[in-house]
Amino acid sequence: MRRNHILIASAAVAAVLASPASAHRQWLLPSTTTVAGADEYVTVDAAVSNDLFYPDHFPMSPDQVTVWAPDGSVGKLENPATGRYRSTFDVKIDKPGTWKIGTQRSGVMGTFKVNGEEWRLGGRGRPMGAPGAGGPGAQGGAPARRVENVADIPANATDVKLVETLAANYIYVTADAPTKTVFTATGKGLEIEPITHPDELVSNEEGQFRFLVDGKPAAGVKVTVVPGSKKYREAEQAQELTTGADGVLHVKWPVAGMYWINASAADAKPSEKRASERRMSYTATVEVVAP
Amino acid sequence: MTTSKVMPALSLMAPALVAGTMAAPAAAATVSITIPRVNVAEYHRPYVVGWLEPAAGGAARTVFVWYDVKKAGRESGTKWLADLRTWWRKGGRSMQLPADGLSGATRAPGTYQVPLPANLAPGDYVLKVEAARETGGRELVSVPISVPVKKGGSASGSSELGAVTVR
Repeated sequence: MRRNHILIASAAVAAVLASPASAHRQWLLPSTTTVAGADEYVTVDAAVSNDLFYPDHFPMSPDQVTVWAPDGSVGKLENPATGRYRSTFDVKIDKPGTWKIGTQRSGVMGTFKVNGEEWRLGGRGRPMGAPGAGGPGAQGGAPARRVENVADIPANATDVKLVETLAANYIYVTADAPTKTVFTATGKGLEIEPITHPDELVSNEEGQFRFLVDGKPAAGVKVTVVPGSKKYREAEQAQELTTGADGVLHVKWPVAGMYWINASAADAKPSEKRASERRMSYTATVEVVAP
Repeated sequence: MTTSKVMPALSLMAPALVAGTMAAPAAAATVSITIPRVNVAEYHRPYVVGWLEPAAGGAARTVFVWYDVKKAGRESGTKWLADLRTWWRKGGRSMQLPADGLSGATRAPGTYQVPLPANLAPGDYVLKVEAARETGGRELVSVPISVPVKKGGSASGSSELGAVTVR
């Protein structure tokens, strides 16, 4: 997991985690998910916006993106560029099988009090320095007092309320026959185990994915499934679904096209000792072809 | 799909070659495939593939695949095989191409005969033929058949494929 130090991204994570229904969605959009032969490129757009996949708000930083090759090695981004509304990058798909491309982030955010004043950990804005070490320094009644790391919370802090966040956002690209190595569960946080492979979805066949929390099937995970190109329809056709007792999500695809899938779950098992809650999200963009 | 660089002479010989190399016992059935003439400014010969699926489900068996076998280099002719998207999922993606007796160059509009494999186990099958054309469309035609073929069958596409007939 990478620590996130990028303001735009942290804002997006906060938005996604704060409320799954909230509008700002972080997305990756590959030019294709299926290529013939292992000598191809995919080119990817990455952005944060309300409508899928219409970049009109903020780019996602390519710096956060990792490429996992089917053989377990780490691939690389080529030609990264960040525009006003979206970033783009290329990935050379030079090994057969299924690749995973995307972001994994973790962090801790929340609030605490020092001498009755509320402080924040993580989130937006610039850190103000640890309480007592440089002081709040807020001038003109401006921004909230804020620190960057859990270690910066002073010993005399009270009302410490911290939330651990884990967020993953992936796309999958397959050269020739699909493989499942990139879906091997790490046993940490919210993950999927494909029943239908994300790179062989067809609009007239049900998609099935098992969601896992810490490697075990997770019932009751809320999942939003949204097709792209809302602009050209009357309604967004988003589906709000829930995983069954076996952790399996069943998805019917109203149209062929690219879909954004966003799952979220929360529990009281953070790895950070001072946090009381853990919020997890898993996001993927998948391609559903016409039969 | 890309411009086919098949020589005219080869293109004329191609059906004969296919029939020659895939010589089957007299009892074996034959499928005829019609590639329609399409009146467009930019025409490229389609990629066309035929395969058999057991009617009860099971592995697909490719019968023929016509693509730009000669195009090599940075964008080789195999690049667009994934545009035959149904076949690609059903097994094309696991095949090594070119494959002896299966792959061949793209064909000009016309009707072509391909023998079905002589060693098919008796039973019900669906013959599927899929075509995809550069700057054009994509179409899939299905013909249910029983092996050994006594009655045959036929179906027709409406855009990228004409009649597909087994007899």
